[in-house]
Amino acid sequence: MNNGTLDKAKKGSPVTILSLPEGEIKVRLIRLGISEGDTVFCLERLPGGTIIIQKNRQEIAIGFDLANKIKVILQ
Amino acid sequence: MRSDKIFNADNDNQLTFEQAQAIIDKKKSLVLVGNPNVGKSLFFNFLSGMYVDVSNFPGTTVSISKANYKKYDLYDTPGIYGVSSFNEEEEVARDIILSGDIIINVVNSLHLERDLFLTLQLIDMGKKIAVLLNFSDEVTKRKIKINDEKLSEMLGVPVIKTSAADEIGFDRLDEAIENAKIGNQKLELQFLIQQVMDKGVSQPESLLILEGDEIVAKRNNVPCGTPDEREKIYITRRNLVNEIVDTVEHEDSKKGEFFNLLGKLSLNPKTGIPVLAIILTIVYFFIGDVISQRVVDYTENTLGINTFEYYTKSFVSEYTATSIDVEILDDEDNVINQKSFSFPEGIKALPLSGKEFKDFSSQPGATSTFHFENKIVRLFFGEFGVVTMTITYLLFLLMPLVIGFYFVMALLEDSGYLPRLATMLDRSLNKIGLNGKAVIPIMLGFGCVTMANITTRILGSNREKTIVTAILQFAIPCSAQLSVIAVLLTGAGIGPMAIYATVIFTVLIGLSTLLDKLIPGESSPLLIDLPVMQVPKLKNVLKKTIFRTSGFMKEAGVWFFVGALAVGFLEITGILYVFQDVLAPLTTKWLLLPKEAANAFVMGMVRRDFGAAGLFSMTLSTMQITVAIITITLFVPCIASFVVMLKERGWKEGLTIWFGTWFTAFLVGGIVAQIII
Ligand SMILES: Nc1nc2c(ncn2[C@@H]2O[C@H](COP(=O)(O)OP(=O)(O)O)[C@@H](O)[C@H]2O)c(=O)[nH]1
Ligand SMILES: [Mg+2]
Repeated sequence: MNNGTLDKAKKGSPVTILSLPEGEIKVRLIRLGISEGDTVFCLERLPGGTIIIQKNRQEIAIGFDLANKIKVILQ
Repeated sequence: MRSDKIFNADNDNQLTFEQAQAIIDKKKSLVLVGNPNVGKSLFFNFLSGMYVDVSNFPGTTVSISKANYKKYDLYDTPGIYGVSSFNEEEEVARDIILSGDIIINVVNSLHLERDLFLTLQLIDMGKKIAVLLNFSDEVTKRKIKINDEKLSEMLGVPVIKTSAADEIGFDRLDEAIENAKIGNQKLELQFLIQQVMDKGVSQPESLLILEGDEIVAKRNNVPCGTPDEREKIYITRRNLVNEIVDTVEHEDSKKGEFFNLLGKLSLNPKTGIPVLAIILTIVYFFIGDVISQRVVDYTENTLGINTFEYYTKSFVSEYTATSIDVEILDDEDNVINQKSFSFPEGIKALPLSGKEFKDFSSQPGATSTFHFENKIVRLFFGEFGVVTMTITYLLFLLMPLVIGFYFVMALLEDSGYLPRLATMLDRSLNKIGLNGKAVIPIMLGFGCVTMANITTRILGSNREKTIVTAILQFAIPCSAQLSVIAVLLTGAGIGPMAIYATVIFTVLIGLSTLLDKLIPGESSPLLIDLPVMQVPKLKNVLKKTIFRTSGFMKEAGVWFFVGALAVGFLEITGILYVFQDVLAPLTTKWLLLPKEAANAFVMGMVRRDFGAAGLFSMTLSTMQITVAIITITLFVPCIASFVVMLKERGWKEGLTIWFGTWFTAFLVGGIVAQIII
């Protein structure tokens, strides 16, 4: 277990969200069901760092520029 | 008098004018609200009997549909994840929700955690709502159990299970609408809302103000909530949603069912690129071969030129001075017979030779070229006539292509592939200042740049819209142009083909990298939810295709006429020929092409394929052909896309891009010419 950013998440492992970037983007993330303290599943990590996470049945694609601003606990 | 006749003739079941008016005034509004792709539009179609866009990609229901349903005005709104003012769509949806009497909240039962967030916000607004748990067919398939009664109890509003796809639960819609209620609200939040309401603001607006909606705050002249307050409300709401979902939902067999191999394969470039290649090959055969060769060949030549234009022009010739050349071609396009006719006072004045012309020109393989003496007649019915050419172009050439492209896009969209494609390409597009979503307008550009210009609306920021609009005008050849270029290039061989592709691709990358450096600000990062992959429903795909095509025709159609009129005007006044002369030195000395090639450029301003087609009649070396088509591809977009671009992006930006294409086309074309010719 160590801290890092979401773009470093390993495929197939759970990550716990520590903090989201401030502003409009945070609101959009919370609405999609991603908020601080949540544990989500990293479904796929594309070359370059685009991350696809899964929370329950929902799959969400997050671009590298956003993923590297989301602080997480990597497992 | 009039009202007597209409309203009092049959007193028992007719209303007085005043009574009728009162009912119309009191008509309540019923608003469909929900996240993107939850089935709102399908419900709207069902209730109203009308068709609206059914869409799987966020951001495509831009305009609002309104219809009558029983005693209600029914509205469809763009998909939103929450009520606020982050973008134009949200603003539109927000205002309709604020003015709505009853909200029908459509929810995707597979994504309760996501969708109920909006539901709770609507409840906090104090709106009367009814919740439709849609996608219940999928829920059953995946052995998920949702306790709708418990949910209804927790929310305090009616909840029914539905499937818009299988028409389940439609019989209970009326009941749900009639029973729509204001739901259970949290006390702490109510207290905060009350404080704003005390300043004379309505409850729904008070909530939005607390949540930091500056526009609504300004409208009511009260201070706006802080981001911290909004966050507190959001997190409380998020926790409540999670709690509700834990209580009402049970899943028997986790995973397995929703594992979708193809969906996964199309995400990762390693497997996704082969998947994309297969899809593009199929698309190429469908659009490149079936539509643009077979279908357009029939519609443009048989229906357009030989039927519609022939009869229109023959009819006009009855009354006006004209001379007509008729050629009879055999199957290999060799001229086997020809005749010229002259009617100085119209065909009507010379019935005998008129008959001869008609007989001769209605043989199989006949093509008639009409030369009208009168300039105004020429403007409307001549070779480039506003009426004749534009109608043939729009209806018989462009429309089949646009239909083909929208059809393919709808298939890709409804299958859930498009958001995955956007995800796969995201990182590459980041390098030129875009995010994955930009692939959609760029792909459409290969169909019709005008259509793609309209689609740039789905992009997240102005910066991205500018970059994509520029790419479209500079470096993307539309299908009309592409089909002519393809013929010229296949004639020229592999070398020229490689040079062409390399040069255009280099310009595309160079241009977007430059714009990414020059335009201040940042592009929006990719953040999209990936809908489940499924086999698209043909009925929806067809409906969507028809709907979008007619939307395109309405929005852009008129500009093709305006463009033709403008160029026709330049032609009669002779300004067109001045242009050609002005360009001549550039054409011969710098591009190393014959002087007449300038005509091709000028005509390319009206229709991009005209530009390319003009080259057929010239004797050019293969390298000259290569230079000419590079220049024409980079040169200005057609007039219709020019106007649509001005409308979308404004005068300043639109004109900068337009003149930029002049500059780049001649600069790059010239450099290539100096090297290879
Ligand atoms: N299986 C299933 N598919 C549905 C259902 N409702 C909508 N869809 C599909 O979901 C997609 C989005 O529907 P649409 O009406 O455009 O959603 P809107 O964005 O909310 O207007 C379409 O492909 C529909 O066919 C449903 O109840 N079951
Ligand atoms: Mg819709």
